[in-house]
Amino acid sequence: MKLLTGNDLASGDVIWWTGKGWSRHIGEAVDVGDEGDAILAREEQARRVNVAYIVDAEQTDSGPLPNHIKERIRASGPTVRTDLAINADIPIVRA
Amino acid sequence: MYLYDSYDQAMVDARVEEFRDQARRRLAGELTEDQFKPLRLMNGLYLQLHAYMLRVAVPYGTLSSRKMRMLAHIARKYDRGYGHFTTRQNIQYNWIKLEDAPDILADLATVEMHAIQTSGNCIRNISSDQYAGVAADEITDPRPWAELLRQWSSFHPEFTYLPRKFKICVIASANDRAAMRLHDIGLELVERDGRIGARVFAGGGMGRTPMVAPEIRDFVEEDELVSYLEACLRVYNRYGRRDNKFKARIKILVHELGVEEYRRQVEEEFAHMRQLGIQPPTEELDRIRAYFAPPVYETGLPEEVDRSDPDFALWLDRNVLPHKQPGYAIVNISLKPVGGIPGDASADQIDLMADLAERHSLDQLRVTHAQNIVLPYVKKADLYTIWQQLDAAGLGTANLDRISDMIACPGLDYCSLANARSIPVAQKIARRFAGNGKEEAIGELKLKISGCINACGHHHAGHIGILGVDRKGTENYQLLLGGSGAEDCSLGAITGPGFTEDGVVDAIERATDLYLAQRQEGERFLDTYRRLGMAPFKEAIYG
Repeated sequence: MKLLTGNDLASGDVIWWTGKGWSRHIGEAVDVGDEGDAILAREEQARRVNVAYIVDAEQTDSGPLPNHIKERIRASGPTVRTDLAINADIPIVRA
Repeated sequence: MYLYDSYDQAMVDARVEEFRDQARRRLAGELTEDQFKPLRLMNGLYLQLHAYMLRVAVPYGTLSSRKMRMLAHIARKYDRGYGHFTTRQNIQYNWIKLEDAPDILADLATVEMHAIQTSGNCIRNISSDQYAGVAADEITDPRPWAELLRQWSSFHPEFTYLPRKFKICVIASANDRAAMRLHDIGLELVERDGRIGARVFAGGGMGRTPMVAPEIRDFVEEDELVSYLEACLRVYNRYGRRDNKFKARIKILVHELGVEEYRRQVEEEFAHMRQLGIQPPTEELDRIRAYFAPPVYETGLPEEVDRSDPDFALWLDRNVLPHKQPGYAIVNISLKPVGGIPGDASADQIDLMADLAERHSLDQLRVTHAQNIVLPYVKKADLYTIWQQLDAAGLGTANLDRISDMIACPGLDYCSLANARSIPVAQKIARRFAGNGKEEAIGELKLKISGCINACGHHHAGHIGILGVDRKGTENYQLLLGGSGAEDCSLGAITGPGFTEDGVVDAIERATDLYLAQRQEGERFLDTYRRLGMAPFKEAIYG
């Protein structure tokens, strides 16, 4: 599956495309299929997201999980400050 | 400490208002990210893995209590209650909102601080010896020179768009505590025939192509130093490669031209610069120097310190260094608690350090390139009370220059450039060596970790270095041995195949076990490595 992600322009928060808008919780992200570029162009134009891009992910029992560790850490928050994590239950290192 | 004059303050204030308008236009959609990015970077505002990150300049690592308290205020009000002290003696905040950034810069400006020269292809914040002004081995205080160069380089129109970033370091001791030769230009102040001048080294650096800077001039008179540096920069600005980011640093130019040819071109430009008469008047250096005049020390202070508390005695032995003034000491506050995050300090800890500096260190603090804090003017009689307060706040770790006193970059936990996490590795190493009791036996060992080839964690200069890489989507760690950023500067060599996170901790323990078994009297880990060479270490590490 493919997810859209970027940063909120004003706050800088990591955000994910939900199909209706943007969320800080990757669990609400949806597969954008082939529509990613079109959504990105529209959303960047509307200044609702900054530096957005498409990432590969897989659907797991607990929700979408990005393939690359960098994106998993973006989705989770710093692994060394779990008190600041947004989605602390995301597995960072694959089993 | 240098205090702004009306010109300094006006420049910084104007910059804040300029950025306020730029940020407003970005938020209003009048600027695209491509247009805004270079503007925010010129004000130290990056976009990192989780949020915007603001890097605040601490010129040559020198802070007053008032400035330190402002850093705590920013952590508390605008960030998430902490900051991260960096290898360029700066501080950065990881959770900044763009909409807050102008107000943060305005707050900083009220205490003569800013985020200028902490990003972009300009001359970056000038670094120096954290013990400047108090070290017994220095020939003069290097900070007036660093301040002169700060003023010369700030907004220098000719050097605002260099081929790449440019880092300058000034020291005044034969003992290099600032990794001077791993800078684009390193200056070592020396005395010759009763006159102060500078040895100049050019073309050092770490990153993907590490190089130790060669000496390009053995003495530049102090009244010609700015002109000479201007010549160095002009040659680089003219011929440095702009076609390839990875070959754009001055080290590549010096390497490709050869030291002799680079030196010849600099001398030619220097001869021209002399004719222009743009060297600042010596009165300007004298004016700056007055701000760094030695304080009025108390005399007749006691030298003896009660060592009856064993934990205090350990801290005394490890973290407190001799001062050039009798009765005083230099206190190193470790920001490397076992299991902690190297370089991080909470707002409360920052405030405490500011309070201690105000009460016990003539209102001054220093940030070290090893991500610690220094109280440079402490009476020996005050050491115990200082240690008690530090210890109670989690700042009393006694590990200066030991294996757990690691330099570590933020790595993949925070940095968008990183390939692997640095901090968890640092934490595991610290816990391993705290748990097995070997840290004390090993003694001085400088371990440095970078989460990518850009080497912000100085892995090339570690007695033991660790480089995190991405191996098919998995974090992997290469091990290097034999580096040093000190006066015996050298670059570490890769041992061989990389390791997992746990594997690299095991490998380090095997390397240090070999050292403990093979060392001769007085040898540090680095000395034993240099005597024995890589082969036995490789054998011990890989079996």
